[in-house]
Amino acid sequence: MHDFGAAFGEAFRLVLTADPALVEIVLLSLRVTLTAVASACLVGLPLGAFLAVVRFPGRMAVVVVLNALMGLPPVVVGLLVYLLLSSSGPLGVLGLLYTPTAMIIAQAVLVTPIVAALSRQAIEDLHREYDEQLRAMGMGPFAQALTLLWDGRYSLLTAALAGFGRAIAEVGAVIIVGGNINHVTRVMTTTIALETSKGNLGLAVGLGVVLILISVMVTGAVMALRGTAVRLAHV
Amino acid sequence: MSEAALATVSLPEAAAGAGRLLPVRLEDVGYAVAGKRLIDGLTLELDAVCRTVVLGPNGAGKSLTLRLLQGLIAPTSGRIRWAGTGRPRAAGLAVATVFQRPVLLRRSVAANLNHALRVYGVPSRLRPGRIDALLGLAGLSHLRRRAARVLSGGEQQRLAVVRAIAAEPELLLLDEPTSSLDPHSTAAIEELILTAARQGVKVVLVTHDVAQARRIADDVVFLHRGRVAEHAPADRFFAAPSSAAARAYLDGKLCI
Repeated sequence: MHDFGAAFGEAFRLVLTADPALVEIVLLSLRVTLTAVASACLVGLPLGAFLAVVRFPGRMAVVVVLNALMGLPPVVVGLLVYLLLSSSGPLGVLGLLYTPTAMIIAQAVLVTPIVAALSRQAIEDLHREYDEQLRAMGMGPFAQALTLLWDGRYSLLTAALAGFGRAIAEVGAVIIVGGNINHVTRVMTTTIALETSKGNLGLAVGLGVVLILISVMVTGAVMALRGTAVRLAHV
Repeated sequence: MSEAALATVSLPEAAAGAGRLLPVRLEDVGYAVAGKRLIDGLTLELDAVCRTVVLGPNGAGKSLTLRLLQGLIAPTSGRIRWAGTGRPRAAGLAVATVFQRPVLLRRSVAANLNHALRVYGVPSRLRPGRIDALLGLAGLSHLRRRAARVLSGGEQQRLAVVRAIAAEPELLLLDEPTSSLDPHSTAAIEELILTAARQGVKVVLVTHDVAQARRIADDVVFLHRGRVAEHAPADRFFAAPSSAAARAYLDGKLCI
């Protein structure tokens, strides 16, 4: 019980004093995760829109595979990216292993199917409503997809939010490709795992608190944005 | 909502009666779903000039006929001949449709029109003026920044009509556009339709409302069970319908 209280006391001291080590880890975590989510959105949103609008043979199979990939085990993704980026791998010459870029790649691979699958569902629902109107206006699939992406932007925030949640909390993939190197690739989740194993619970709990706070703040911001959109009848 | 306002929308030569697409001829057109023939041997010619009203009971195939004309569905038999040569590639811009329930984008009133004008290929520098003219035509200038989906039903349908007019269509298809509107809103929509027609846009209006058909129609197509039961000038149709189905419908006895 004493350890529990002391850990929380130390955690809040680190947070309130903006401990440089803690801040460095939090900033790197945010950089890696936000870049990965942005990259995943760049690929996943158009892919979701394409699958929602265009009908082609095998589409359902692609949708099933995409939905299945939402549950990709992070350690498997980490292993695959590791094999790609290791010195004997096809992308080994880039020297990206154990860098934040490798972690971004791993998280982006993990998150892209989530963004694509959720955005496909959201856009398909919207497409059902807009379909005849947009076709009557003479719009082709590409133009329709762009219109649907824009009009569904507030719903798509939820897809991006789900991706963010997955990425920020992920530990298995980034620890394999990042290596948890101090001042280089140490992020919140990997540090929590490491410091807990070392018995340094103050930093671990402090990072846990920050991690939860970030999740709450991001979710709150997205919900507030959606709420504003609903009030303006744009949803 | 004056004709002068519509004139500033600058309808193209085609819409002013040059008739690139029209007349359109539906030749023995059939449309079936799961083996059930919803349109069966429909033959009809629509010319470029007069206002045509399509009347008929529920399930007669009125809305399907409009969807066939718009190209939203393809006939399962027969064919549709545009100006005798087949449907041109650019017909999507020359045929505009207003649906029974307007589908407006999740954007402001002005942004809905801006989107439509962009789709129709209007250069961005010309769009503000066109939007002003269209909003004036619809009587919606004071609502330009309002989210389109919070407008009243009548306002939404007026926006949908001027959005269709923004396509500078040669043929304007309207599928029961006033079926859920009050008399005031209905009158406003009818005024828009008549204004467009006076500017040379061919209007094809589907309605259940016989009184509305009398106000709008130059000629009437009466559909029954997926076929044209009668196609006649409006005066003759309402004075002495030649088909038993049309007579029963006008007497309020034909429901299906």
